[in-house]
This record gives sequence, C-alpha cells and structure tokens, in this order.
Amino acid sequence: MIEIVEKKDTGRITNEMRIEFAAVSDNESFARMAIAAFVTPLNPTLEELSDVKTAISEAVTNSIIHGYENRGSLEDKVCMNCRLKGDVLEVEITDQGVGIEDIKMAMEPLYTSRPELDRSGMGFAFMEAFMDNLEVKSEPDIGTCIKMCKKIGISSWIDSEE
Amino acid sequence: MEEFKVIDNYLMIRLPDEIDHHKSVDISAKADRYILSKKVGNIVFDFERTTFMDSSGIGIILGRYKKISCFGGKVYAINTDNRIRRILLMSGLQNIVEIMATENRGGQDDRNS
Repeated sequence: MIEIVEKKDTGRITNEMRIEFAAVSDNESFARMAIAAFVTPLNPTLEELSDVKTAISEAVTNSIIHGYENRGSLEDKVCMNCRLKGDVLEVEITDQGVGIEDIKMAMEPLYTSRPELDRSGMGFAFMEAFMDNLEVKSEPDIGTCIKMCKKIGISSWIDSEE
Repeated sequence: MEEFKVIDNYLMIRLPDEIDHHKSVDISAKADRYILSKKVGNIVFDFERTTFMDSSGIGIILGRYKKISCFGGKVYAINTDNRIRRILLMSGLQNIVEIMATENRGGQDDRNS
C-alpha cells in the first residue's frame, strides 16, 4: 500500500477521521458530503467549501475510474484519511489500483489516459488550483496516494491580526 | 434530475444540482441520443440549478462540442454563477462556449466577488 510519509510534524492534530468506501461512482457524492461535514466546525466560506469538495471529487473520481478502471466492484476500496491541524485540513485519498506510470504526464492539464470516457483531463489541475498543496505518490500495480492540504477559514487569521 | 428540451434547432439541457462523474455518464449518453435523433444543431447548457460541478462537467461540454462543432453547431452555457464560471474559464472553455450569466443571478453573484 502506498503511503506519503510526513517529513516533519507541522502541527498538533485536532481532529481526525478515516473512511473506507467501495470504488463505485455513487460514492463520489458521499465523499464530498463527508468532507464538507468534517470541515464545517472550521466555518469555511462557501468558496472554500466548494474548493474542497471539487478537489475531493476529482481525487475520488480518479481512483474509481482510473485506479480501479471503472470496474465498479465492491471489492475495490478507496480510503479517505482526513486530519485537521488547527485550521489546516489534510486529506489523503488512497487506492490500491493500477497506479500511475508517469505522474508528471498525468498531472499535465488536458491530458487524459481515457479519452473515450469523455474526461476533460483537468482533474489534477483542479486539485492543484483549489487546494494549497498537492502531493502525488504512485506505484504501478500497487496503488496511488494523493495528499492535499488547505487552510480553512480566513476569519481565524483576521482575528490574529488584531 | 436533468431535463432535456428541443426548441427549434437547439437542445436545451437543464443540468442537475450536482454534476460529477456519476451523473455525467447519464447526461452525456442522453444528450447524444437527442443530438442524433432530433438532429439538433446547437446545445444550451443551463446551470440554473447547479451548485456543484467538477471536471466531469467540462468533459460533458467538450464531448458534446466535438459532436456538433463539425457541423457548425454552437454551445452555450447559461445561468452560470461565479463558481461555475471559474471552472469553465480555468479549462479555457470560453474559447469554444458562449458563457452567459442571467441578469438576476449574475448581478447578485458579482456583488459578492
């Protein structure tokens, strides 16, 4: 199983959750709703909430249609690992799918490995744009792990400025 | 649920509340059936009810554009709010799609931006 090892501890973990769900497309909206509920205590703006939901949706969709090749099998699992460190949200989306051979090419905007599926090739570009940080680790035939971070709630830094 | 309506040469697609990969497969397939059977030339995507869209929405639009543009057809996106517009613009769709916001919804959103 692929894991992104943390280089240094950047802050105290204030909340944590872990969900594992079957790699079927119905669960894309489930993952979005779960993450939205998880960050709600941080009082995200509508914009932040929509950014996080879009990024998660892209990552989970990638796992389902590329990682597990859109098989729709209940045996295939996507794992969503979420942590809050103060007002920073960290999410890891892990699958044990086919993996990505060339990560650089996969992250190229408009590149898609499945053009026949009507994909736009914008998934990674959206994840990068909507989150503060994006790390991708993948190994062919072992799986892929996507780690994303985002600082939530500008109200907290406005308070600390005063 | 999405709704389809043919007015003259235009296929109007009223998009659902949330557009993700799960929903997009269905919308694309239905739209293609209309394009073939009703011989529509142009497509209008109506985002009035849409509150969430990811890159799958871009896939729907691009895919339909490819199907009708070779016959000179045009694609329109109407009732787009700020978030939908941002996603469309990030993907460079303004070059091939006429993006419009209604007076009501657009005006309201622009004040918040």
